Amino acid sequence: METLWFCVIALLWLGYLFLEGFDFGVGMLLPFLGRDNTERRVMINTIGPVWDGNEVWLLVAGGATFAAFPGWYAALFSAAYLPLTLFLLALIGRGVAFEYRGKVDSERWRKVWDVVIFVGSWVAALGVGLVISTTVIGLPIDAAGDRVGSPFAAIRPETLLGALAIAGYALVHGAIFVSLKTEGEIRERARRMALTMAPVALLPLVGLLLYVAGFWALPVLLFAGLALWRLWAGREGQAFAFMGLAVAATVTVLFASLYPNVLPSTLDPAYSLTVAGAASSPYTLTVMTWVAAFGTPAVLVYQGWTYWVFRKRIGVRHIPVH
Amino acid sequence: MDVLELARWQFGITTVYHFLMVPLTIGLSLLVAAMQTAWVRTGNERYYKMTKFWGKLLLINFAMGVVTGIVQEFQFGMAWSAYSRFVGDVFGAPLAMEGLVAFFVESTFLGLWIFGWDKLPKKVHLACAWAFSLATMASAYFILAANSWMQHPVGIVLEDGRPRLTSIWAVLTNNTTLAAFPHTIAGAFAVAATFLVGIGAWHLWKKSDEEGVWRSSLKLGTWLGVVAFAVLAISGDVQGKLMFQQQPMKMAAAEALCHTEQPAAFSIFAIGDVRRPDCENVKSITVPALLSFLANNDFTSEVKGIQDLVPLYQEKYGTNYPVDERLGELSGKPIDYVPALPVTYWGFRLMIGFGAISAGLGLVMLWLTRGGRVPKGKWFPITALAGIATPFLANSFGWIFTEMGRQPFVVVPNPSGVDGVWMFTAQAVSNSAPGEILTSLIALTLTYGALACVEVYLIRKYVRGGVAGVIPAKTDDGALAFAY
Repeated sequence: METLWFCVIALLWLGYLFLEGFDFGVGMLLPFLGRDNTERRVMINTIGPVWDGNEVWLLVAGGATFAAFPGWYAALFSAAYLPLTLFLLALIGRGVAFEYRGKVDSERWRKVWDVVIFVGSWVAALGVGLVISTTVIGLPIDAAGDRVGSPFAAIRPETLLGALAIAGYALVHGAIFVSLKTEGEIRERARRMALTMAPVALLPLVGLLLYVAGFWALPVLLFAGLALWRLWAGREGQAFAFMGLAVAATVTVLFASLYPNVLPSTLDPAYSLTVAGAASSPYTLTVMTWVAAFGTPAVLVYQGWTYWVFRKRIGVRHIPVH
Repeated sequence: MDVLELARWQFGITTVYHFLMVPLTIGLSLLVAAMQTAWVRTGNERYYKMTKFWGKLLLINFAMGVVTGIVQEFQFGMAWSAYSRFVGDVFGAPLAMEGLVAFFVESTFLGLWIFGWDKLPKKVHLACAWAFSLATMASAYFILAANSWMQHPVGIVLEDGRPRLTSIWAVLTNNTTLAAFPHTIAGAFAVAATFLVGIGAWHLWKKSDEEGVWRSSLKLGTWLGVVAFAVLAISGDVQGKLMFQQQPMKMAAAEALCHTEQPAAFSIFAIGDVRRPDCENVKSITVPALLSFLANNDFTSEVKGIQDLVPLYQEKYGTNYPVDERLGELSGKPIDYVPALPVTYWGFRLMIGFGAISAGLGLVMLWLTRGGRVPKGKWFPITALAGIATPFLANSFGWIFTEMGRQPFVVVPNPSGVDGVWMFTAQAVSNSAPGEILTSLIALTLTYGALACVEVYLIRKYVRGGVAGVIPAKTDDGALAFAY
């Protein structure tokens, strides 16, 4: 049962990285891909109806960790306090920025929110990468699950590599998404940008996986390669799907290498939080299993339906004047 | 300040701020869904305009509620990790359910509603409005179940020094939750109602276009406000009786009732310093025997005062904090079982007072604008707009009262439930450096402050813009009906 919930948590993170990964990417690429206000609006509107739903995957990942592994939730969140604070501020900023950007017709007003979207998306993507790699690589925690030492214990070369890994992935994923969801010049520009930057942008991800899992970095490399090949051939949909497989493989490899730990202690392996040690009681996990068994398929259906409703490509010609 | 105080201030500031957005969102969501239903069913353009206008204000507010909500969920683990470990087996479940059952529906269908005006059939689009508004209510239910469990833990056994969940059903049907839910929802409708009344009255006074929209809004707001206040009073009375059984100290603190009385009088207004638990130098205007009735449905029964409750609490829950270095200065010190009396006493009165004003205001406004009249004086719009603040204040004071009134506990012992399940707030905080919490406290407070200015600015702008400001221009071929 604990193992099942470990897999559920991994799945929630996968959903989050796959979905919000591209909307982070859109924000991170906003000034590079969008040459004028209309083009930037095209980009923002590709994620307009869905970014909020994507973000809920994070909330549910957090809530499910609290419910199923309180020890993990408490230790990780309190130990990575300052990075998480920054991450939350970034999410707050970009969230209101999407909603408020178009509400006042002024060049200066839009510029400010564009900066917030851009910075917020970068910081948030780096933050997710940092937190995930921290839980995989470990923290100096004591027997009680409390962090020993500096508030910056979560910021180390390995976890910074993890931060760059997710940010780099979001860049490529976002560019592919833009080329999939737009038409005209911006579509072509996004496609070319994805192809040009991928070899560099995906390097940290490969590095992280080699560091954590060695040989098992290969599947990710394979899927990412296939994605780029399909993109090169002009098949954005297939490229996007292969990026999905790449991130699925990434999450699988990271969490598989973590198991049966949930948060290793870098002080003493005996202090490491394990799936068994951090889990809630079997009754609570059973309750949660029922909720998830009915809830998750429904979520997938109606979120899938949203993507279907807004499946059409958006171009400059679709953007109303106001 | 130490970690405990900083973390408490942070939780207080972020929660009160978050709960400025939440009730307006809950109330307006349902009203907008109802307005849209009226439009779809009757085809009357007035309802379409109302949906668009109030819907726009709803969206501006919704965004802020969503982003500040994320902080709430993360904060338990970040700043209150000892609490999270202690209650995790019980408390995380309603939070996770809230996400899985409510937040997903809310965010997904809100996106569909915003962008779907021209993409979805009318009725499907309307269904999206109902989906997200009902989900906001569901979300309120789950989070209230979690909060009520802290006020009155049920459905558990004590195992290895921690509560272990034995019945999720008991947690979800906790009588504290069942009373808090209608109270909170009615409070949310009071906010939305006064919002409609204030803005509607202002537009009538301004003689803005679309007079019918403003008259309908004012009328809707008024009657809704009256009904909401009735529900608030009834559910509040039920809550009072539960509080008397479950948290007698909070009851005594609400009244600054120092000495046991039989029958006990209800204090309307106190003159003097209510800070002292011996009530020296306090004169109070009272209604005889009313408190006995409020607590116990009986005008003659006894209500215990603070002075008599303290020894009972000491006997049951100990006189001193355990010796534990994590408790800092409080380690081994005597436990102060008396909440901050000025906060609880005045918080309780301000909650009721502002709530009553907000309901009364609607009736006055409706009477003043009867039969097409509109008062000319400038006092009219000023009163109407200032009135919008009253239910917000009532809600905030209500929460401040109920959370401060349970101190020094974070999980209040259930007097008739499982022995041994309670937690002092001082034991709940993370083992953080004060600098960490101070940093986030400053950063969040400044960010929230700046965003509050932005939100008020935008709401003002769109309120002034009236109906014309929210009806989309006829679009050219192919252009989206709505885009960011």
